[in-house]
Amino acid sequence: METYQLTVNGQPMEVTVDSGTPLLWVLRDELKMTGTKYGCGIAACGACTVHLGGIPTRSCVVPISLVRGRPVVTIEGVRRDPVGRVVQDAWVSHDVVQCGYCQSGQIMTAVALLKAIPKPTDADVEQSMGGNLCRCATYVRIREAIRIASGELK
Amino acid sequence: MTALQRMAFVFLLAWPPNRTASDHAARDHGTSARAASRSAQTEGVAAWGQIYSVLTHPRCINCHTATIYPQQGDDRHRHFANVVRGVEGKGVAALQCVSCHQQVNADTTGVPGASGWHLAPLSMRWQDGDDRILSSAEVCKAVTDRSRNNGLDGPGLLKHHSEEPLVLWAFEPGRGTDGRPRTLPPLTHDQFVDATRRWVDAGMPCPKAP
Repeated sequence: METYQLTVNGQPMEVTVDSGTPLLWVLRDELKMTGTKYGCGIAACGACTVHLGGIPTRSCVVPISLVRGRPVVTIEGVRRDPVGRVVQDAWVSHDVVQCGYCQSGQIMTAVALLKAIPKPTDADVEQSMGGNLCRCATYVRIREAIRIASGELK
Repeated sequence: MTALQRMAFVFLLAWPPNRTASDHAARDHGTSARAASRSAQTEGVAAWGQIYSVLTHPRCINCHTATIYPQQGDDRHRHFANVVRGVEGKGVAALQCVSCHQQVNADTTGVPGASGWHLAPLSMRWQDGDDRILSSAEVCKAVTDRSRNNGLDGPGLLKHHSEEPLVLWAFEPGRGTDGRPRTLPPLTHDQFVDATRRWVDAGMPCPKAP
């Protein structure tokens, strides 16, 4: 077991875990931040997406030892970001969610997309969101919410 | 026979003129130089064959595709999660290579990693559009074409094979998601660098196209 200092949603935190523990399980089990979801455990579905040093990252496959001081932003903190707020509002206004299990990851990925490309093309949306799976097939509403959010951004 | 014909006959009998010892030495030297050159060429092509065996191993060629996606595994299947190349070979805005691939292998989760994880540019594709591996001559032509290989000359290629983090990764690829070590290229890294050095020293010869 080793002790790691983390910055999660702007807050300093400390955990003592095995060095190979995935960031996802540090967030959920150690820090009790259960907004980030476990989907597949092999980075194939995107439900566990967080921002690590500003990069959308599959937290289920990143051992805590490789976080290396980079700040972590999760679904619990993304609303503090102006783009995050616009995206979450679009999600609510467009009633994107069905069961909701994948939506934390969908939102985190969409925020990363719009921070990089505020006015994405359909191809940009398809390629960036293409790795986030939704068993309820809310893809059409996700795409529409991203379009609405993009319209709100300068 | 006229006098002129007799002179011509004598001249022809005397042809070729007697060689001096230095003439013979020069001819022998030329012959041995050509033989040495042929030998170096042969050895260089043989060294290239060793290099090609590494470049076409899945640990290398999975990221030298001609398509919009990388491959993974020894069966070189399409990378999962709809991962795509992107403009710079680093993925796209919200689905980047580094969204999963960190600076080093993550053996507890089975994700390979090295500094600057990315796809090789399309100019350095070593497969065709149907994922078939190109011939030795075709890959050699690509590798030695400075308009396609990021301007690398022989020493540059040697340095690339010796030091590039993603090249080094291929020889220490870590464990897969099943916990088993990934298969290795047919040469060790030292052997690969040695083969590259011999090939460069031989003038980077390429095999003839089949």
